[in-house]
Amino acid sequence: MNIIECVRLTRYAFCMRWIRHITTCFAVLAVTATPSFANEIGDADKGEAVFRECSSCHSVGQGAKNRVGPHLNSLFGRRAAAIEGFNYSNGLTRMGKDGLVWDFDLLDRYVENPKAFASDTRMAYKGLKDAQQRADLLAFLRRYSDDPSNIPEAAPTAAGTDHSVDAAILAIQGDPEYGEYLSSECVSCHQLDGDYDGIPGIIGWPVEDFVVAMHAYKDKFRPHPVMQMMAGRLSNEEIAALAAYFEAAGS
Amino acid sequence: MKLNRRLFMGGAAAGAAVATLSAPMAHASTNGKPRVVVIGGGAGGATAARYIAKDSNGEIDVTLVEPTRSYYTCFFSNLYMAGFRELGSIAHSYGKLASEFGVNVVHDWAVGIDREARTVTLAGGATLPYDRLILSPGIDFVDGAVEGWDVTQQNKMPHAYKAGSQSELLKAQIEAMPEGGTFAMVAPPNPFRCPPGPYERISMVAHILKEKNPTAKIIIADPKEKFSKMALFQEGWGRHYDGMIDWIGPDFGGGNVSVNPDTMTLTIDGEETKVDVCNVIPAMKAGRICEIAGITDGNWAPVNPHTMQSRVDENIHVLGDASHQGDMPKSGFAANSQAKVAAMAVRSALTGSKLFPAKFTNTCWSLIDADDGVKVGASYEATDEKIAKVDGFISQTGEDSALRKATYEESIGWYAGITSDMFG
Ligand SMILES: Cc1cc2nc3c(=O)[nH]c(=O)nc-3n(C[C@H](O)[C@H](O)[C@H](O)COP(=O)(O)OP(=O)(O)OC[C@H]3O[C@@H](n4cnc5c(N)ncnc54)[C@H](O)[C@@H]3O)c2cc1C
Repeated sequence: MNIIECVRLTRYAFCMRWIRHITTCFAVLAVTATPSFANEIGDADKGEAVFRECSSCHSVGQGAKNRVGPHLNSLFGRRAAAIEGFNYSNGLTRMGKDGLVWDFDLLDRYVENPKAFASDTRMAYKGLKDAQQRADLLAFLRRYSDDPSNIPEAAPTAAGTDHSVDAAILAIQGDPEYGEYLSSECVSCHQLDGDYDGIPGIIGWPVEDFVVAMHAYKDKFRPHPVMQMMAGRLSNEEIAALAAYFEAAGS
Repeated sequence: MKLNRRLFMGGAAAGAAVATLSAPMAHASTNGKPRVVVIGGGAGGATAARYIAKDSNGEIDVTLVEPTRSYYTCFFSNLYMAGFRELGSIAHSYGKLASEFGVNVVHDWAVGIDREARTVTLAGGATLPYDRLILSPGIDFVDGAVEGWDVTQQNKMPHAYKAGSQSELLKAQIEAMPEGGTFAMVAPPNPFRCPPGPYERISMVAHILKEKNPTAKIIIADPKEKFSKMALFQEGWGRHYDGMIDWIGPDFGGGNVSVNPDTMTLTIDGEETKVDVCNVIPAMKAGRICEIAGITDGNWAPVNPHTMQSRVDENIHVLGDASHQGDMPKSGFAANSQAKVAAMAVRSALTGSKLFPAKFTNTCWSLIDADDGVKVGASYEATDEKIAKVDGFISQTGEDSALRKATYEESIGWYAGITSDMFG
């Protein structure tokens, strides 16, 4: 029996083995790909002072309960919008379903600019611009989480960059006619009647919310691969045009 | 009554003519309105007809030629086979295009195109003049692509690569398989409609068999070394259907196949296997009408990426699977995206409306098992040479089940969104 013959006769079994082999390789990759960070970067004691501002709505520590905001025990490693019975915004609920699990980097972004992270968040907080204060706050909150693994060694890359949208960008008057043409790309997925059916409705959003959200995707500040890609190639004028169109389309 | 109506139409047309005085008057139609004929009421054609009618506010006369009264989407037809969708839920009629958007829907086949005279002949005998013609006829199969198979055999060995009765047939055959029987697929060579389609289908077939016939086997004979989302599918097959699926690539003869529909045998690299169901998906080419129009180069119709105009005739735009455009996959999403660019270009040429730069996107979701969805997508721009990829993303292996479920739910939202974007 020559080699070709051998391969031909054994190929079914071989293919199965090969498929299993590939599968195992991926399983291993998936495990080793999870980063593990060890050190804290903020000062938890200072963070306790920062937290005072939050404590009018959030509680943390023994016996903490949901108040205006959800309790913050075991926040690190918790999936977004995971506390049963708490009435989260659609945006955070959706992120939770998408698999978003709070870690240092994501909490840092959310606290920095809540509305850029989740447009319809019910957290009425303007955001904490000071990166060190955020690090301190998160170090404090981390005391109440079981899983210390997700505090990165170095300050996360996102820290230090300002993610609020420039006033000049917010002031751009969008051309709704151009927006209408551009919107034809959006409505391949987002339903025009505004139904939220696995994909959020986007009709009738206030211009500013729309612009802030799109820039947050463009800067990869807000997670979602499709939206990061879509927003990534839109210019400031194009985002303004879409915002103008979608706001008007709701009325 | 008749007279009144005619007078009214005349008045409206005259008004339109005044409003568009600056427009290029390239058209030579009887009532003064430029005419667009769209051939094929699928993903590309329905979208183009709807957008032109909707955005031209009655200034352009749009006729859509489509033989079937109900369009069954190929997208989600694999989900139908696995029982995740009802057949009725993937059927769409043309009623809204006619009633809400004023598209003149003609249920007939286009059989001839006279590019000099700018007319389309229908099988029923009618002749339709056009100023611009849009072709979105989808695919046909390359003759002799799989030895032993031709369309006369499609009842014994279905392709189910045009949805509807073929999908129903294949589903019935799978459900009637004997215990421990064999399902075979002959996968197509590149390029073909919906690159992940055959592998999503395998996943869905495996899903039914695992439930109803767990000792059954699946063989795929494939002429390609690699396929779309390969790592994701293979990971999923290992996880959900371990040992059931045997993928035979070209190194093992997957590209050297013949079939015999009478004996229900599949021969791979000289080795004959008796199978119970044989899903033959042959090599593809642009729908025949493109060849008839004389605008193909090889199997496909080359287009200008900025406007989707045929490289051979600028009065014709070709959309979707039939076009040869560059980096976009042949998908419903892509056809829909290209249709909007073409619609804008056609309106601009006929009524002088603004021409914006062409942008394209695509995302293809696939279901591997219940609540285990994955996706791949990219954005594109027009260069003079081709539609070129700008940026992209793909689901990752090892994702957790909540994310996969969310991805599947996203695909349901997408289906609702895109089908209403096509059919109103
Ligand atoms: C199993 C499967 C799964 C798929 N899944 C997805 C998916 O999840 N997502 C996705 O984006 N895409 C998917 N696709 C691909 C998608 O279906 C096609 O890419 C898309 O339909 C192409 O659109 P089209 O307009 O080019 O052709 P079609 O949608 O096929 O439309 C062509 C129309 O033209 C008509 N026609 C043809 N010739 C003539 C003529 N001479 N005269 C008049 N009418 C004519 C036909 O009747 C047909 O209705 C899938 C395909 C398959 C087979």
